[in-house]
Amino acid sequence: MRTLFRFHGGVHPPEHKLESSGLPSARAPLPGLLVLPLQQHIGAKPKTLVQAGDRVLKGQLLARAEGNLSAGIHAPTSGTVLSVGTRAVPHPSGMEDLCITIAPDGEDQWAQHAPFDYLAMPKEELLTRLRDGGIVGLGGATFPTHVKFAAAPVHTLVLNGAECEPWITTDDRLMRERAAEIVQGIEILRHLVNPAETVIGIEDNKPEAIAAMREACANTGIEVAVVPTLYPTGGEKQLVKILTGKEVPSGGRPFNIGVTCGNVATAYAVHRLVHHGEPMISRMVTVTGAVKTPQNFEVLLGTPISELVQLAGGALPGADGYILGGPMMGLHVGDDRLPIVKGTNCVIVKSPQLFPPQPPALPCIRCTRCAQACPADLQPQELYWFAKARDFGRAQEYNLFDCIECGACAYVCPSHIPLVQYYRYAKGEIWAREKEKNAADAARVRHEFRLERMERDKREKAEKLAQKEKAALAQSAQAAADPAPGGGAAQAPAATSEIIAAAAERARQHAAHAQPKNTGNLTPEQQAEIADIEARRAHIREIAHKPTESRPTESRPTESRKE
Amino acid sequence: MLSSPFISKPDSVSRIMLTVLLALVPGIAIYTWYYGPAILVSIALASVTALATEAAMLKLRNRPVTPFLSDYSALLTAWLLAISIPSLAPWWMVVVGTAFAIAVAKHLYGGLGSNPFNPAMVGYAVLIISFPSNMTHWLTPIGVGANTLSFADQLSYIFGGHLPNSLTLDAVTTATPLDTLKTQLHLDRPVADIFSMPIYGHIAGKGSELVALGFLIGGAWLMFKRIITWHIPAAFFGMLFATSGIFYLIDPTHYVSPLFHITAGAAVLGAFFILTDPVTGPTTPRGKLIFAAGAGFLTYMIRVFGGFPDGMAFATLLMNICVPLIDAYTQPAVFGHKETGKQEGGGK
Repeated sequence: MRTLFRFHGGVHPPEHKLESSGLPSARAPLPGLLVLPLQQHIGAKPKTLVQAGDRVLKGQLLARAEGNLSAGIHAPTSGTVLSVGTRAVPHPSGMEDLCITIAPDGEDQWAQHAPFDYLAMPKEELLTRLRDGGIVGLGGATFPTHVKFAAAPVHTLVLNGAECEPWITTDDRLMRERAAEIVQGIEILRHLVNPAETVIGIEDNKPEAIAAMREACANTGIEVAVVPTLYPTGGEKQLVKILTGKEVPSGGRPFNIGVTCGNVATAYAVHRLVHHGEPMISRMVTVTGAVKTPQNFEVLLGTPISELVQLAGGALPGADGYILGGPMMGLHVGDDRLPIVKGTNCVIVKSPQLFPPQPPALPCIRCTRCAQACPADLQPQELYWFAKARDFGRAQEYNLFDCIECGACAYVCPSHIPLVQYYRYAKGEIWAREKEKNAADAARVRHEFRLERMERDKREKAEKLAQKEKAALAQSAQAAADPAPGGGAAQAPAATSEIIAAAAERARQHAAHAQPKNTGNLTPEQQAEIADIEARRAHIREIAHKPTESRPTESRPTESRKE
Repeated sequence: MLSSPFISKPDSVSRIMLTVLLALVPGIAIYTWYYGPAILVSIALASVTALATEAAMLKLRNRPVTPFLSDYSALLTAWLLAISIPSLAPWWMVVVGTAFAIAVAKHLYGGLGSNPFNPAMVGYAVLIISFPSNMTHWLTPIGVGANTLSFADQLSYIFGGHLPNSLTLDAVTTATPLDTLKTQLHLDRPVADIFSMPIYGHIAGKGSELVALGFLIGGAWLMFKRIITWHIPAAFFGMLFATSGIFYLIDPTHYVSPLFHITAGAAVLGAFFILTDPVTGPTTPRGKLIFAAGAGFLTYMIRVFGGFPDGMAFATLLMNICVPLIDAYTQPAVFGHKETGKQEGGGK
């Protein structure tokens, strides 16, 4: 028996798992339209390989991973590319992003694909295949799996089957129904990181999944650890703490303490890729909440929410929106045309009965229920004060960035203060300021470098000029000396050295004059140069003030989500 | 709400305050039994004053009245103040103290959640400084004095300042056991002798020790309901016990047993209901220990060496001042910043 450890805090929200965990999962039929956002993972947006009008086959690569921290996107079925362009994507801001839209042809015709022998290839190639196969963490964070599993060897491989968020039952159903396949996937991950021990953490509210995984893990050396049900046990750092007693250092990754953590659904996806040659084109999704028959479905990526809600018997009267993910960390969307993406593990149809609106927020009474619930040992009430007062420096001092936005604080707050929103706001402001500062710093460095280079150019030019003059003088001196062949040969070197000294003096004076001492009497050349400098300065200023493009790897909130 | 989390625990500030009010009931009931229903009149007076002042201040500050009035925080302040002062205090004293507590100590500092000082204790401090003699008119518990005031007599004194012709104020009131102890010790009476006086019970004052038991029961219930944590009562009683114990060990004829100190006066009420006020107390667990220990030490010092009969209120206010400092220096280690987080790297 493994000794389990505790993380600080945690909450027990009503589980609401039984609604959807009872029915076996079903395969969702082909939808009428598939919308595939290119950005379905943390990292760089993959590069589109198709254009409107192309016929694509199931499993065909539509967008190639761009750089290492990226992942491929594949056609979930055969059909025709309708468009490659911006459309609304599941995002808190309701923003639009590049999507590939496919009209399925109904034939579901596979592209050429085949299983491969991962033991026969170097690990680098296996990792590349994971990337090109579009495998990313399916617990919600969608961090590219090949990057996570490139760090090897580790002491402990942790598989996350905790599924601590209320309502969600995808991992539960997957473990009950496909335990053997998950274990085959885990074997591949073990091959990659070569751990001394492998342990699957499952919350004790999933006895069937525990039994199924125990059976599948028999004689594999993989341990199934039953952990107490406590939100957010499924948080990567929390689960690692429970199972190993070690804390992932602030700002670090589990690898820093010799651990790698992956979701059981990710292991299943790895198995499908390696043993069936199937890239990441579908996933298990719980459809629950205010629907007639909540259930899990194996869903093609890109399927609109509306089709899933229909499959679950339709929304009940009074439904007023959707939560993608769980009620603690999920994302609220109102548009049912939005697609299921790699990170969507659950669709909860909202209704005021199930999710009553919050009463108006009262002032904080410093009761510290939030601090007692915080799994990161933070003092949420202090962070709230600092965020509210826009005292971002103090917020950072009080470790705002160790907040995983699990929502436990806001859940217990008797004053109903939307605490997590304050933290997101503070983090956003700090990122924006840092970005601005970095841009300004970069501009300043560029500017200083340019000034220095101009100085150097002028100096060099002046020296060259001096050299030329010196040479000319020496020549004329030579010429002057030549007509007087009667002069003693011994005189010549002395005269030459005088001439050289005079030339050097002139050159020095010239060089001094060449420094821009005033702006009057400028040659057209100089004026052109100044205009050029001014233009560059203006450009730099513009860059410094313009909010720059998003920085891909620094989006911390996502990093800490369950994987 | 369009941002996660979308659920919240069915809990509220009102429920917390209501629970604390309920937890006061056993103590108040025993109080009423021993001292008559005058305390209920004070509580009612204070409650009405508190709600009216709260509403007026909210109006003046352009804040919504209903949500704040229904949070019961003003009511709690009123009850605590009414319990802290002599129940025979004239009506205007209750009104002045409560109104000051709500208007000045609470709302002038920003209202609920923003006041640095415990409003009830500020109200108490104002009254004991302004009307010191009235603040010594504690009713004699039943079975101690020869005369007992009827409810009508009590009402008549509170609202009219008249006692029945046959009685004087001295005949029906008495100094508190703490106060008596201090005065008698000044007269060089030995402790054992003093404790033979009829106002003393088994451990502390007759009647008042049972009232303290009532508040202890209420406090235990608050801990069970997780409204308060163990830190503040434990550190307060621990420090009060330790400090008084040291003096008692050195000179038991002039210093009383620590058991007396933790039972007498407002110690139990303070430990469970006053120091535990979240708004004016520290937020970190270590901070709570330091805060309450400081209050325990100061309470003893004021009781024994100070000019006031009890030290609870001033100890609370003095420690309230220290709260920001205590909080700043007792921040707990954050996840991943602890030593365990810096263990061996994994094959880096």
